[in-house]
Amino acid sequence: MASDLTNQILDALSASDAPILSSEAFPSTPSLNVKSALDRLESRQMVQYETLEKEIVTLTAEGQEIAANGSHEAKVFAVVLAAMDGLKISDLPGIVGKENAKVGQGNAFKRGWIKKDQDLLRASADSIVDETQQQLLAVQKTKTLDDKKVVADLKRRKLIGLAKELAFKITKGPKYAREFVKEQTDLTPEMIANGSWKTAHLKPYNFNAKGAPTPSGTLHPLNKVRQEFRNIFFDMGFEEMPTNRFVETGFWNFDALFVPQQHPARDLQDTFYISDPAVADPPREDPPNEPNPPAQLKADNPLDYKKYWDNVREVHEHGKFGSIGYRYPWSADESLRLVLRTHTTSISTYMLHKLAANPRPARFFSIDRVFRNESVDATHLAEFHQVEGVIADFGLTLGGLIGFMEVFFAKMGIHKLRFKPAYNPYTEPSMEIFGYHDGLGKWVEIGNSGMFRPEMLESMGLPKDLRVYGWGLSLERPTMIKYGVSNIRELLGHKVDLHFIETNPAVRLEKD
Amino acid sequence: MPTISVDKAALFQELGREYTTEEFDELCFEFGIELDEDTTNSDRPIVDGKQEPPQLKIEIPANRYDLLCFEGIALMLNIFLGRNPLPEYKLTQPARMEQIIVKEDTTKIRPYVAGAILRNIKFDQARYASFIALQDKLHQNLARQRTLVSIGTHDLDTVKGPFTYEALPPKDIKFTPLNQTQEMDGEELMNFYEKHQQLGKYLHIIRDSPVYPVIYDSNRTVCSLPPIINGDRSKISLDTTNVLIEVTALDKTKLDIVSKMVVTMFSQYTLEPFTIEPVEIVSEHNNETRVTPDIAPRTAQAEVSYINQCCGLSLSPAEICTLLTKMAFRAKPSTTSLDIINVEIPPTRADVLHQCDIMEDVAIAYGFNSLPRAFPNISGTVAQPLPINKLSDIVRVETAMAGWSEVLPLILCSHDENFGWLNRKDDGNTAVKLANPKTLEFQVVRTSLLPGLLKTIRENKHHSVPMKIFEVSDVAFKDLSLERKSRNERHFAAAFYGKTSGFEVVHGLLDRVMAMLKTDFLAEGETPKGDSYYIKELDDPTYFPGHAASIHVRIGGKDKVIGSFGILHPTVLEKYELKYPVSSLELNVEAFM
Repeated sequence: MASDLTNQILDALSASDAPILSSEAFPSTPSLNVKSALDRLESRQMVQYETLEKEIVTLTAEGQEIAANGSHEAKVFAVVLAAMDGLKISDLPGIVGKENAKVGQGNAFKRGWIKKDQDLLRASADSIVDETQQQLLAVQKTKTLDDKKVVADLKRRKLIGLAKELAFKITKGPKYAREFVKEQTDLTPEMIANGSWKTAHLKPYNFNAKGAPTPSGTLHPLNKVRQEFRNIFFDMGFEEMPTNRFVETGFWNFDALFVPQQHPARDLQDTFYISDPAVADPPREDPPNEPNPPAQLKADNPLDYKKYWDNVREVHEHGKFGSIGYRYPWSADESLRLVLRTHTTSISTYMLHKLAANPRPARFFSIDRVFRNESVDATHLAEFHQVEGVIADFGLTLGGLIGFMEVFFAKMGIHKLRFKPAYNPYTEPSMEIFGYHDGLGKWVEIGNSGMFRPEMLESMGLPKDLRVYGWGLSLERPTMIKYGVSNIRELLGHKVDLHFIETNPAVRLEKD
Repeated sequence: MPTISVDKAALFQELGREYTTEEFDELCFEFGIELDEDTTNSDRPIVDGKQEPPQLKIEIPANRYDLLCFEGIALMLNIFLGRNPLPEYKLTQPARMEQIIVKEDTTKIRPYVAGAILRNIKFDQARYASFIALQDKLHQNLARQRTLVSIGTHDLDTVKGPFTYEALPPKDIKFTPLNQTQEMDGEELMNFYEKHQQLGKYLHIIRDSPVYPVIYDSNRTVCSLPPIINGDRSKISLDTTNVLIEVTALDKTKLDIVSKMVVTMFSQYTLEPFTIEPVEIVSEHNNETRVTPDIAPRTAQAEVSYINQCCGLSLSPAEICTLLTKMAFRAKPSTTSLDIINVEIPPTRADVLHQCDIMEDVAIAYGFNSLPRAFPNISGTVAQPLPINKLSDIVRVETAMAGWSEVLPLILCSHDENFGWLNRKDDGNTAVKLANPKTLEFQVVRTSLLPGLLKTIRENKHHSVPMKIFEVSDVAFKDLSLERKSRNERHFAAAFYGKTSGFEVVHGLLDRVMAMLKTDFLAEGETPKGDSYYIKELDDPTYFPGHAASIHVRIGGKDKVIGSFGILHPTVLEKYELKYPVSSLELNVEAFM
């Protein structure tokens, strides 16, 4: 049908080079159909057209009925005239219908076409002119009505409506031809087989639209950033630490890290304590079936866990290894309380202690979940991911840590760094790392770093000249800054929008 | 980290020049404190009918108690800038030394006390406010909300020594507390202050003890009821000239630090600046008889080679000593060893524990950002992923390639979400439970990935169906055989949500993942060549009856159940507010290690 129309348009244009009007050439074809036919022709430069918009008068369903069969009052007059001896009023609805009878009787009286004679209706004239019908017939033909009063009257009677009509002024295009060649929608195996592709016309492709959506699975945006970080660590020779251990003891999470037992970080306000199971064991050898033994750390010398425990106690309570310690009564019970790890540094500590069995250069990293008993808001969740790196080597310098950070962060596209002295119980010196953010136009804190305290390392049995860098940052914060996410709950947890997950582009930290 | 507000104009006057906000920010950055805010251009509050003058809000490292007040910040910055030398703190030698006599019963509640006197001190409004604020900051931070240490300050001219530090039943202690008009005993006082906004939170420290600590003067006037409140009689004012400071504590080290901070910071306002009158503590029962405060510098030694190695510098001992002067130390090269410098650590620097702290201060004085940069050698370390993470990545990537979307719900969840809502019973030996969560959302460490997946679907109901989501992550179980009494387990779970149950879809995902893990499907009666898996109908209240299966693997000839899948029971859906059917799959990935 539609393709018929394209040919009809081409036919209509063939007579002369003068433009034609669609409203005249195809008055009964809906303008949308005309437009799609014209678009098809125009895209092939066979025609050109411009759109004309005008207001038209249309008939309502009732108006169309009256145009065809006459007004209610005319119908009433006709039956009354036909009844030679008058028509019983009560018979009228039965003959013309309830609706016609009600409206038509009143109007016929008003116009003086009929009169009442007791219970009979009688005609007052021999013939009448049905103006309403004639007006509506005129409207039907011309779609206009000049008399504003009549327009208002008919509109009030809900017989007509006003609408916009699109019409098109059509002229021949540069590639006008009499015939619209049939087009193939796509190249098919049959066309290849029978060779018809040689003569076939393929429907032009719409280069302004997107292709068909491709169904696909996806990885989570935060895990994509995590993978980028892991790749950076792998590039730089790091081994991934066994952080698959959410529950830690006060010993590994705090005491071994030289965090005093009265430190605010150990408050109920900050740390999740475990009620069940109740109490941990003191540090001891991993069971032989430990699912994730650190690969490089097969101990040459068995580690003395009792001695380690005692060293930690002494360092806190009285000082040792050149430190005066915190000088407070250290509680074993506090050390055996179970907590949800507040940082993955508890695992770094575990790994460094293992290193004491065979001290040598090592590089460790991890990216995993940590837990803080925080009140949840736009920038805080009770869980987030910590990125952590550790380098142990002989003769490490502070300038080396700075130099390393510059290379590490350059791989993420952060090229301007500066370092602020800071405090952290287990690193000395401690440096906060600030990166210059071009987008924000300011320095942004991007991580913490430092050299682990000698009290911590020598307690493990590591030699004095083996120094250890540690640094950490959250995975969420740089991701939020990089991708302009303002609420952490839009990035981690069950409230994350699946659509966001599905449409998040691949992560290229060095470029984005 | 504590934040201290200081008057901007007053601080710049102390520092001898004006700074722009940027310049001062830079100075703070180099020194290791952080300018949080300069309120010059902010809407400042009206105090006593006058707009508050511009403030600088400065963040202080948590171990620098000497920077908790205006006086300390001004002093340490002036020393850092080389404008002032370190003050020479001195104890006076009074003709008659004031005494605090300690009674043995105090060991039952708060055993340690120290005292000091600032004589002929001159307060003004700002100094007085700072004096009060410092005590408050010390109480909040080092003193852990007054539990470990508390400070009382008194107008010495209103009371008379010798003083006694005692522990008495609450009923026997009667006095008029600070700024009150009514006398009350210990019990009445507890009731009186129960709802008090500031003091209410400290009552618990002694409330249930049979004896309360109390300090009396020689006329039995109550000076203070530590750690709650002072007596009204001895209260200090702007006009006080002789101040008695008493400090009580559970922890002797912190008692010492707090005493040092208060006296060193405010001794600069005495007639002869930086002089402090000592108080003798008589405490025979625990051998704690001594003169307080101890403001003698501590001497420590630092190795030149260690400092140079860590900083990557080759400074001479003399250069190191000069740098240390900027950080408020007095340091001299040792006369006996070329590698040693002797460092006097002033009473203000309680944070120095080890020569590494001295080394850090050399680096700060030199300038972190001026240190020669290097790149540490790679000493033959080998990069490698954690094996379980490598395995997880295979499952993650294969599942995503199969058209599923990865989600990352939380690890903590409510007890109901983990058990009841899944029609699962808590046998008490399974889940790790939290003692102090702030909300019911965080009661247990999940033992299944299902709650997170179902909550993710619940929050994404606006998304078109079907939804196909998965997660590969850890759950945790109690395990009393281990040191930490629990262990993580790596799980893989997926859920299908749509207008059909998706049972076969989830089953198909299982087949695909097994194929990628080189585990063959084992049909009945067959003998497997390598690792294989099979499924069996499962009766489990989490799932719809007859539409659930357990997943079995045969690895190295051993059979093991590693998980299950099925159509979730409609009662589960109801709990999670899901209106379409869900099929889910969950298995333990560690079997494939």
